[in-house]
Amino acid sequence: MAMTRESVIDQLLAQVPYVRWLGVTVDRHGDELTAVLPFSDKLIGNPVLPALHGGVTAAFLETTAVLGLLWATLDGSRSLPGGEEGLPRLPKTIDFTVDYLRSGAARDAYARARVVRLGRRYASVQVEAWQDRRDRPFAQANGHFLMPQG
Amino acid sequence: MELLPGARTEDAAEMARIFMTVIPHARAMGMELVEATPGVVEIAMPWSPEFVGDPRTGVLHGGVISALMDTCCGAAVMTHPARPATTATIDLRIDYLRSATPGQRVRTRAECFHMTRSVAFVRAVARDEGDTPVATATGSFTVGG
Repeated sequence: MAMTRESVIDQLLAQVPYVRWLGVTVDRHGDELTAVLPFSDKLIGNPVLPALHGGVTAAFLETTAVLGLLWATLDGSRSLPGGEEGLPRLPKTIDFTVDYLRSGAARDAYARARVVRLGRRYASVQVEAWQDRRDRPFAQANGHFLMPQG
Repeated sequence: MELLPGARTEDAAEMARIFMTVIPHARAMGMELVEATPGVVEIAMPWSPEFVGDPRTGVLHGGVISALMDTCCGAAVMTHPARPATTATIDLRIDYLRSATPGQRVRTRAECFHMTRSVAFVRAVARDEGDTPVATATGSFTVGG
Protein backbone atom coordinates (compact mmCIF):
# COMPACT_ATOMS: atom_id res chain seq x y z
CA MET A 1 0.00 0.00 0.00
CA ALA A 2 1.56 3.28 -1.11
CA MET A 3 1.90 6.01 1.48
CA THR A 4 -0.20 9.13 1.27
CA ARG A 5 1.59 12.21 -0.01
CA GLU A 6 1.03 13.80 3.39
CA SER A 7 3.06 11.05 5.03
CA VAL A 8 5.78 11.26 2.36
CA ILE A 9 6.19 14.97 3.15
CA ASP A 10 6.26 14.22 6.89
CA GLN A 11 8.89 11.52 6.36
CA LEU A 12 11.08 13.83 4.31
CA LEU A 13 10.94 16.49 7.04
CA ALA A 14 11.73 13.89 9.71
CA GLN A 15 14.39 11.89 7.87
CA VAL A 16 16.48 14.29 5.81
CA PRO A 17 19.19 15.44 8.23
CA TYR A 18 19.89 18.85 6.69
CA VAL A 19 16.17 19.71 6.44
CA ARG A 20 15.90 18.90 10.15
CA TRP A 21 19.00 20.95 10.90
CA LEU A 22 17.41 23.95 9.17
CA GLY A 23 14.17 23.28 11.09
CA VAL A 24 11.84 23.38 8.07
CA THR A 25 8.17 22.48 8.67
CA VAL A 26 5.07 22.68 6.45
CA ASP A 27 1.57 24.13 6.64
CA ARG A 28 -1.05 22.24 4.65
CA HIS A 29 -4.32 23.83 3.65
CA GLY A 30 -6.31 21.72 1.22
CA ASP A 31 -3.98 21.03 -1.68
CA GLU A 32 -1.74 24.01 -0.86
CA LEU A 33 1.61 23.38 0.73
CA THR A 34 3.56 26.18 2.41
CA ALA A 35 7.04 25.53 3.76
CA VAL A 36 8.02 27.33 6.97
CA LEU A 37 11.56 28.19 8.11
CA PRO A 38 11.49 29.13 11.81
CA PHE A 39 14.14 31.73 12.57
CA SER A 40 17.21 30.72 14.52
CA ASP A 41 20.53 32.48 15.19
CA LYS A 42 22.58 29.91 13.28
CA LEU A 43 20.81 30.99 10.07
CA ILE A 44 22.28 34.50 10.17
CA GLY A 45 24.67 35.61 7.43
CA ASN A 46 24.99 39.27 8.38
CA PRO A 47 25.05 39.82 12.12
CA VAL A 48 24.96 43.63 11.75
CA LEU A 49 21.59 43.96 9.99
CA PRO A 50 20.87 41.12 11.03
CA ALA A 51 19.91 39.14 7.91
CA LEU A 52 19.47 35.53 6.88
CA HIS A 53 22.45 33.95 5.12
CA GLY A 54 21.95 33.81 1.34
CA GLY A 55 22.87 30.13 1.43
CA VAL A 56 20.11 29.48 3.97
CA THR A 57 17.63 31.23 1.70
CA ALA A 58 18.83 29.11 -1.24
CA ALA A 59 18.64 25.91 0.82
CA PHE A 60 15.13 26.75 2.04
CA LEU A 61 13.96 27.47 -1.51
CA GLU A 62 15.52 24.26 -2.83
CA THR A 63 13.92 22.23 -0.06
CA THR A 64 10.56 23.86 -0.83
CA ALA A 65 11.02 23.01 -4.52
CA VAL A 66 11.60 19.33 -3.70
CA LEU A 67 8.63 19.27 -1.30
CA GLY A 68 6.44 20.88 -3.98
CA LEU A 69 7.69 18.41 -6.56
CA LEU A 70 6.88 15.39 -4.36
CA TRP A 71 3.50 16.94 -3.53
CA ALA A 72 2.66 17.45 -7.22
CA THR A 73 4.00 14.06 -8.32
CA LEU A 74 2.15 12.04 -5.68
CA ASP A 75 -1.26 13.57 -6.38
CA GLY A 76 -2.61 10.12 -7.20
CA SER A 77 -1.63 10.03 -10.86
CA ARG A 78 1.81 8.50 -10.41
CA SER A 79 4.19 7.10 -7.82
CA LEU A 80 7.91 7.33 -7.19
CA PRO A 81 10.23 4.32 -7.07
CA GLY A 82 11.40 3.13 -3.69
CA GLY A 83 8.39 4.54 -1.84
CA GLU A 84 6.68 1.26 -1.00
CA GLU A 85 7.81 1.38 2.58
CA GLY A 86 9.19 4.76 3.47
CA LEU A 87 10.72 7.71 1.78
CA PRO A 88 10.78 7.33 -2.03
CA ARG A 89 13.88 8.12 -4.05
CA LEU A 90 14.18 11.89 -4.28
CA PRO A 91 14.45 14.12 -7.35
CA LYS A 92 18.01 15.33 -8.01
CA THR A 93 18.69 19.00 -8.51
CA ILE A 94 20.21 19.71 -11.94
CA ASP A 95 20.51 23.46 -11.49
CA PHE A 96 19.08 26.09 -9.18
CA THR A 97 19.04 29.87 -9.63
CA VAL A 98 18.12 32.22 -6.81
CA ASP A 99 17.21 35.90 -7.18
CA TYR A 100 17.73 37.83 -3.97
CA LEU A 101 15.10 40.57 -4.02
CA ARG A 102 15.72 42.08 -0.59
CA SER A 103 17.49 40.93 2.54
CA GLY A 104 15.84 38.22 4.61
CA ALA A 105 15.06 39.60 8.07
CA ALA A 106 15.77 37.78 11.35
CA ARG A 107 12.32 36.23 11.57
CA ASP A 108 10.36 33.24 10.24
CA ALA A 109 10.19 32.79 6.46
CA TYR A 110 7.64 31.06 4.25
CA ALA A 111 7.87 29.63 0.74
CA ARG A 112 5.66 28.07 -1.85
CA ALA A 113 6.62 26.14 -4.98
CA ARG A 114 4.91 26.00 -8.35
CA VAL A 115 5.72 23.01 -10.52
CA VAL A 116 5.79 24.57 -13.96
CA ARG A 117 6.44 21.36 -15.83
CA LEU A 118 6.51 17.80 -14.57
CA GLY A 119 7.83 15.39 -17.19
CA ARG A 120 8.80 11.76 -16.88
CA ARG A 121 12.50 12.61 -16.55
CA TYR A 122 12.76 16.37 -16.05
CA ALA A 123 10.84 18.87 -13.98
CA SER A 124 10.95 22.66 -13.79
CA VAL A 125 9.95 24.39 -10.54
CA GLN A 126 9.53 28.02 -9.46
CA VAL A 127 9.65 29.01 -5.81
CA GLU A 128 8.92 32.23 -3.97
CA ALA A 129 9.78 33.09 -0.36
CA TRP A 130 8.36 35.86 1.79
CA GLN A 131 8.22 36.99 5.41
CA ASP A 132 5.77 39.56 6.71
CA ARG A 133 3.99 40.18 3.43
CA ARG A 134 3.13 37.62 0.80
CA ASP A 135 3.18 40.32 -1.92
CA ARG A 136 6.74 41.37 -0.97
CA PRO A 137 8.85 38.27 -1.68
CA PHE A 138 12.46 38.48 -0.49
CA ALA A 139 13.71 35.77 -2.83
CA GLN A 140 12.57 33.73 -5.80
CA ALA A 141 14.15 30.77 -7.51
CA ASN A 142 13.92 28.59 -10.55
CA GLY A 143 15.26 25.05 -10.66
CA HIS A 144 15.44 21.98 -12.85
CA PHE A 145 15.25 18.48 -11.41
CA LEU A 146 15.92 14.97 -12.61
CA MET A 147 13.07 12.68 -11.57
CA PRO A 148 14.00 9.27 -10.10
CA GLN A 149 13.64 6.52 -12.71
CA GLY A 150 11.99 3.22 -11.84
CA MET B 1 24.64 36.87 1.23
CA GLU B 2 24.87 40.30 2.74
CA LEU B 3 28.07 41.68 4.02
CA LEU B 4 29.66 43.41 5.98
CA PRO B 5 30.48 46.83 7.27
CA GLY B 6 33.40 47.56 9.49
CA ALA B 7 36.19 45.17 8.75
CA ARG B 8 38.48 46.96 6.31
CA THR B 9 41.96 45.64 5.92
CA GLU B 10 44.41 45.69 3.04
CA ASP B 11 45.35 42.07 3.42
CA ALA B 12 43.08 39.70 1.44
CA ALA B 13 43.68 36.69 3.70
CA GLU B 14 42.98 38.75 6.83
CA MET B 15 39.84 40.21 5.22
CA ALA B 16 38.57 36.75 4.29
CA ARG B 17 39.36 35.40 7.74
CA ILE B 18 37.42 38.19 9.47
CA PHE B 19 34.61 37.73 6.99
CA MET B 20 34.32 34.05 7.86
CA THR B 21 34.47 34.40 11.62
CA VAL B 22 31.71 37.02 11.91
CA ILE B 23 29.13 35.01 9.93
CA PRO B 24 27.20 32.81 12.40
CA HIS B 25 25.97 30.49 9.65
CA ALA B 26 29.48 29.88 8.28
CA ARG B 27 30.64 28.98 11.79
CA ALA B 28 27.58 26.77 12.42
CA MET B 29 28.37 24.78 9.29
CA GLY B 30 32.07 24.38 10.07
CA MET B 31 33.36 26.34 7.07
CA GLU B 32 37.10 27.06 7.08
CA LEU B 33 39.15 29.48 5.06
CA VAL B 34 41.78 27.61 3.02
CA GLU B 35 43.37 30.44 1.07
CA ALA B 36 42.66 34.00 -0.03
CA THR B 37 44.38 36.26 -2.52
CA PRO B 38 42.83 39.47 -3.90
CA GLY B 39 39.53 38.50 -5.55
CA VAL B 40 40.11 34.74 -5.24
CA VAL B 41 39.05 32.77 -2.15
CA GLU B 42 39.01 29.09 -1.27
CA ILE B 43 36.80 27.75 1.54
CA ALA B 44 36.29 24.15 2.73
CA MET B 45 33.77 22.28 4.81
CA PRO B 46 33.94 18.77 6.28
CA TRP B 47 31.27 16.20 5.41
CA SER B 48 28.94 15.79 8.36
CA PRO B 49 25.94 13.48 8.89
CA GLU B 50 23.72 16.43 9.87
CA PHE B 51 24.16 18.05 6.44
CA VAL B 52 23.04 15.04 4.42
CA GLY B 53 20.25 15.64 1.90
CA ASP B 54 19.51 12.06 0.91
CA PRO B 55 19.48 9.60 3.83
CA ARG B 56 19.56 6.69 1.34
CA THR B 57 22.97 7.67 -0.02
CA GLY B 58 24.56 10.03 2.53
CA VAL B 59 25.07 12.68 -0.15
CA LEU B 60 25.21 16.29 1.11
CA HIS B 61 22.12 18.45 0.54
CA GLY B 62 22.27 20.85 -2.40
CA GLY B 63 21.56 23.67 0.04
CA VAL B 64 24.86 22.94 1.81
CA ILE B 65 26.72 23.44 -1.46
CA SER B 66 24.68 26.64 -2.00
CA ALA B 67 25.67 28.01 1.40
CA LEU B 68 29.32 27.20 0.77
CA MET B 69 29.26 28.70 -2.74
CA ASP B 70 27.47 31.86 -1.59
CA THR B 71 29.90 32.42 1.29
CA CYS B 72 32.90 31.81 -0.94
CA CYS B 73 31.61 34.13 -3.70
CA GLY B 74 30.86 36.87 -1.15
CA ALA B 75 34.38 36.54 0.25
CA ALA B 76 35.86 36.81 -3.27
CA VAL B 77 33.97 40.10 -3.75
CA MET B 78 35.14 41.49 -0.40
CA THR B 79 38.81 40.68 -1.12
CA HIS B 80 38.75 42.15 -4.64
CA PRO B 81 41.37 44.91 -5.04
CA ALA B 82 38.59 47.52 -5.42
CA ARG B 83 37.61 46.67 -1.82
CA PRO B 84 33.85 47.24 -1.60
CA ALA B 85 32.68 48.10 1.94
CA THR B 86 29.67 45.82 1.68
CA THR B 87 28.20 43.30 -0.73
CA ALA B 88 24.97 41.33 -1.13
CA THR B 89 24.03 38.56 -3.54
CA ILE B 90 21.86 39.70 -6.47
CA ASP B 91 21.62 36.27 -8.01
CA LEU B 92 23.42 32.96 -7.83
CA ARG B 93 23.04 30.03 -10.18
CA ILE B 94 24.41 26.62 -9.24
CA ASP B 95 24.84 23.69 -11.59
CA TYR B 96 25.05 20.37 -9.78
CA LEU B 97 27.42 18.35 -11.95
CA ARG B 98 27.48 15.24 -9.79
CA SER B 99 26.82 14.12 -6.21
CA ALA B 100 29.54 14.97 -3.70
CA THR B 101 31.03 11.71 -2.39
CA PRO B 102 29.77 10.95 1.15
CA GLY B 103 32.47 11.31 3.80
CA GLN B 104 34.65 13.63 1.73
CA ARG B 105 35.42 17.25 2.48
CA VAL B 106 34.06 19.80 -0.02
CA ARG B 107 36.04 22.87 -0.99
CA THR B 108 34.99 25.78 -3.16
CA ARG B 109 37.12 28.28 -5.02
CA ALA B 110 35.51 31.54 -6.11
CA GLU B 111 36.91 34.26 -8.34
CA CYS B 112 35.53 37.78 -8.62
CA PHE B 113 36.52 38.26 -12.26
CA HIS B 114 34.93 41.63 -12.97
CA MET B 115 33.73 44.56 -10.91
CA THR B 116 31.96 47.75 -11.94
CA ARG B 117 31.07 50.63 -9.60
CA SER B 118 27.80 48.83 -8.74
CA VAL B 119 28.09 45.15 -9.61
CA ALA B 120 30.60 42.34 -9.02
CA PHE B 121 30.63 39.22 -11.20
CA VAL B 122 31.78 35.97 -9.65
CA ARG B 123 32.24 32.35 -10.66
CA ALA B 124 33.03 29.40 -8.45
CA VAL B 125 33.77 25.68 -8.54
CA ALA B 126 33.15 23.10 -5.79
CA ARG B 127 35.19 19.91 -5.54
CA ASP B 128 35.34 16.94 -3.19
CA GLU B 129 38.51 14.84 -2.97
CA GLY B 130 37.94 13.48 -6.51
CA ASP B 131 39.17 14.88 -9.81
CA THR B 132 36.00 16.21 -11.43
CA PRO B 133 34.07 19.18 -10.00
CA VAL B 134 30.91 18.61 -7.97
CA ALA B 135 29.23 21.91 -8.83
CA THR B 136 29.84 25.24 -10.52
CA ALA B 137 28.30 28.61 -9.69
CA THR B 138 27.89 31.97 -11.37
CA GLY B 139 26.65 35.00 -9.51
CA SER B 140 26.30 38.74 -9.49
CA PHE B 141 26.71 40.75 -6.30
CA THR B 142 26.09 44.33 -5.22
CA VAL B 143 29.04 46.62 -4.58
CA GLY B 144 28.52 48.95 -1.63
CA GLY B 145 30.62 52.08 -1.09
